[in-house]
Amino acid sequence: MAPPTAPATAAPPRRRRVALHLWVAGALLLALALVPLVSQLLGQGFYVTLVSRMMIFGLAAVGLNLVVGYGALVSFGHALYLGFGAYAVGVLSFHGIHDGWVHLAVALCGGAVLATVIGAVCLRAKGVAFIMITLAFAQMFYFLGVSLKQYGGDDGFAIDMRSQFGFVDLDNSVVLYYVIFAVLVAVLYALYRLVNARFGMVLRGCKSNERRMAALGFPTHQVKLTAYVISALVCVVAGMLLANLTRFVSPAYMQWLVSGDLLVIAVLGGLGTLIGPLVGAVLWLTMEEVLSSFSPGWGMVDELVRNHWLGVAGVVALLVALLLEHGVYGAIVARDEESGS
Amino acid sequence: MFVDSLKRTAAVALTLWAAAHATAQAQTPVKIGYLGTFSGPIGAIGQDNYDGFMLAVEQRGGKLGNTPVQVLKEDDQFKPDLGLQIAQKLIDKENVPIITGLMGSNVAMAVARPITEKKVFLIGSNAGPSALAGAQCSPYQYVVSWQNDGHAEAAGKFSNDKGYKRMVLIAPNYQAGKDALQGFKREYKGQVLDEIQPGVTQPDFSAEIAQIAAAKPDAVYAFFPGALAVNFVRQYQQAGLNATIPLQTSSMLDATTLPALKDSALGLFSTHWWAPDLDTPTNKAFVDAFEKKYSRLPSLFAAQGFEAALLIDSALARTKGDVTDKAAFMAALKAGNPKSVRGALKFGNNNFPINDYLAFVVVKDAKGRHTLKTVATPLKDHQDAYHAQCALK
Amino acid sequence: MTFSLLLTQLLNGFQLGVLLFLLSAGLTLVLGIMHVINLAHGTLFMMGAYFAAATFGLTGSFMLAAVAAIAGSLVLGAVIERVVIAKLYARDHLYQVLATFGVILLFNEIARYGWGPSPVFMDVPAFLSGTVDLGGVVYPAYRLAIIGVGLLVGAGLYFVVHRTRVGMLVRAGATDAGMVAALGVDIRRLNAAVFAAGAALAGLAGLMAGPILSVQPGMGEPVLILTLVVIVTGGVGSVRGAVYGALIVGVVDTVGRAFLPTLMRELMDRSVAMAAGPAVASMLIYLLMAVVLAVRPAGLFPVKHG
Repeated sequence: MAPPTAPATAAPPRRRRVALHLWVAGALLLALALVPLVSQLLGQGFYVTLVSRMMIFGLAAVGLNLVVGYGALVSFGHALYLGFGAYAVGVLSFHGIHDGWVHLAVALCGGAVLATVIGAVCLRAKGVAFIMITLAFAQMFYFLGVSLKQYGGDDGFAIDMRSQFGFVDLDNSVVLYYVIFAVLVAVLYALYRLVNARFGMVLRGCKSNERRMAALGFPTHQVKLTAYVISALVCVVAGMLLANLTRFVSPAYMQWLVSGDLLVIAVLGGLGTLIGPLVGAVLWLTMEEVLSSFSPGWGMVDELVRNHWLGVAGVVALLVALLLEHGVYGAIVARDEESGS
Repeated sequence: MFVDSLKRTAAVALTLWAAAHATAQAQTPVKIGYLGTFSGPIGAIGQDNYDGFMLAVEQRGGKLGNTPVQVLKEDDQFKPDLGLQIAQKLIDKENVPIITGLMGSNVAMAVARPITEKKVFLIGSNAGPSALAGAQCSPYQYVVSWQNDGHAEAAGKFSNDKGYKRMVLIAPNYQAGKDALQGFKREYKGQVLDEIQPGVTQPDFSAEIAQIAAAKPDAVYAFFPGALAVNFVRQYQQAGLNATIPLQTSSMLDATTLPALKDSALGLFSTHWWAPDLDTPTNKAFVDAFEKKYSRLPSLFAAQGFEAALLIDSALARTKGDVTDKAAFMAALKAGNPKSVRGALKFGNNNFPINDYLAFVVVKDAKGRHTLKTVATPLKDHQDAYHAQCALK
Repeated sequence: MTFSLLLTQLLNGFQLGVLLFLLSAGLTLVLGIMHVINLAHGTLFMMGAYFAAATFGLTGSFMLAAVAAIAGSLVLGAVIERVVIAKLYARDHLYQVLATFGVILLFNEIARYGWGPSPVFMDVPAFLSGTVDLGGVVYPAYRLAIIGVGLLVGAGLYFVVHRTRVGMLVRAGATDAGMVAALGVDIRRLNAAVFAAGAALAGLAGLMAGPILSVQPGMGEPVLILTLVVIVTGGVGSVRGAVYGALIVGVVDTVGRAFLPTLMRELMDRSVAMAAGPAVASMLIYLLMAVVLAVRPAGLFPVKHG
């Protein structure tokens, strides 16, 4: 008997469609990369500063997301690390040390020690208690910052020059922009690898069922603490960049409202997705900018919105929480997963 | 004949056209960036300051110094990094030659140098931190309000004059509070029994008031901003100390806090460079106009906003609307304003004002509103303590 | 430091504790039974104060202001529960944080729009405006009244929670909400009632705080932080924890602020004490909370879950 031949009408292989959320992520990163060029064309250097600030808060939120989104540890005190990074740069500059590598080393080492100690204490608590104890530490450092008179207390102090790295000149705002962008992309990539590696799997396992993970023999406490320290260090780096961008350091960076803002941004964008918090930061800060200069010519409504734009932002936050189950970017991801791409 | 009249008409038409064109060019509005704080704990101060500033602009038909101006109103939300971003937007995107406002010292510290190093003129109408009066002074930076220590120094001198020998001092634990304590001690020669510094977000002072009562001083000096001022004075009165221990304050009792205090503030003393009854023609006109427009009494902060607008008015009049010649405009600003709210506004080497400081008491005016009545002038032609650290002459 | 000063400071601490108790009682039940983090609790406090101040401004009567504050915040609480909270019961805590954060922003702007950014005036009732002599210690009558009202409410709450059927359901719900629902109780109505009651208590606190703290937009946030500290220190879901937690936090904060700077000046160099004293005094309750949580993570008087 002749061997069976392959069916003459084999179906052509289904072409894999790239998921929508990847398009969105790619488009966002591309847009961010092009901002300085567009800005130069329009002759408006201000947008470089605006988007730099967005990226810095996005970076901090991305770091926070590691523990909140992937680890289910809601930290209400990450602004502390933002402030620590800023003060590291500021205090060293104040005493005449402008070398960027020294700033980086001091910030990272100091930040790691601080985060390990604080994290170890906080992780003894669970649930709401954990949230509150992280807040407590942030408050303590805020009050400490306010009382440091030689560093301006709550008035803060200005930094003479940005961190000096030999090969890049951060005093150029476009260069600083691309440095922030590079750091952001690098951190996103590093976290992507981390989250998909064994460490990340254990962390996500702790989020869904910690007792089971412990029973399976994983060192859950070490994993959670390590994740906390890593996310803190990302915020420290964001703080360093913020101090460089604004050339100003103040305890205001450590206020609990800033921690709240970071959480809101992360949730708004999409927890449990890597680039979600960045989307959230861009959305939230763009909204802040657009609403506070709202003037499409609708008469009374214009002025109402401009003067009370925080209220409008509050309504947006409320609607996103009620209607979008996973945040803005998270909703796109969820839809993609549902439709099977 | 016909040709003559034609020539004449043409000449007239040409002249008219040229005149119109010239005035149109001179009429491009000068943009002024107003960076205030309208939300957060000092939102009330920001609103008053802006109202004062805009009153001057509206009185002059949208012009200052006979030049049309366009005021761009921005809110820094009391956040220094946001203030910086807005300042950069005003400079890079809107190309403003002048920025004014700046309510909070923290915002001022963040934006002062980035503004002046771009050769944009900064007319501060509230914050006056010591660093900006000293080492960080700038020829592009002018402050029409006061240097943070000033009102406290006046209170210290006034306390001396009143013969208080032993006092307790209280101010919140933040920069302006510490500046106040420092300024007070600079002038006060009596004995300081205790210095109490409650936390800056703490609203309830029952513990501190009990401490004060236990120390039995001759008088108390207090400085609190905004809502905390209201809290402290009311709680002081409720503890019955109003009658037994005189309360000397500075920069606490004004039109933004008195409506919430009413009778509990009667008889209390305060010091500052301005009161509604300051006896200058410009001030009298200002208070009347403000009352008519906004149906409320102006506060110090409104007067400062008005003062800033008047300084810009005077400088623009001197340079005939030209802000592009920086040196000329700088000289025009430095010359001060002879017809300002405080009489004659003159600057020290650090571009901070030199003026008298008054002491006043809270009374009820003819319309039953609570306001301030000037009773003394503890400091005359007073200059801040930091001007020597400024390199400018 | 005399005895009368110490007594005065203890009374002050007690009074702060009472105010905190009114706020934390409602919030701890909401968190314990409904597992909802309601950041807008401070907003309910603020709106209670505004309702009171507005009514007081219009009528001059403290009694009417009281009615307006309690009724107003009860209704407002019920509305917020239906519109916002009810949709978030099944969701993660973070979405509750986001939604209630939005509510905070919205109402701060509503307050600013309605009453302006400056503080609004409210006075103590005339018959309470003097001081009382307690055997040598002169204490403001109004603050004594606050302590009195707080104790009354505390007693009333104890009675309701421990001696009535509704209270029994509330306690059961705090221990095991699922079981209560399974046993046929309309858990939705219970939740709504608990939330509204908590809101009314917050409004009452706002009413009483109105004459001593200034009524202005954003007055709820500092108070919210303190309330959260109390709940976590006392034990989430436990009314007893709220009572003791509030009193402990109130007394520690007040006595600490009063005596710590002086104590530090005795022990160390004056300039160091002047710089550090106030800072440490501000941090004191956070240190207390951190220590309590490090030692007993569930709080001082946790609810025992079956």
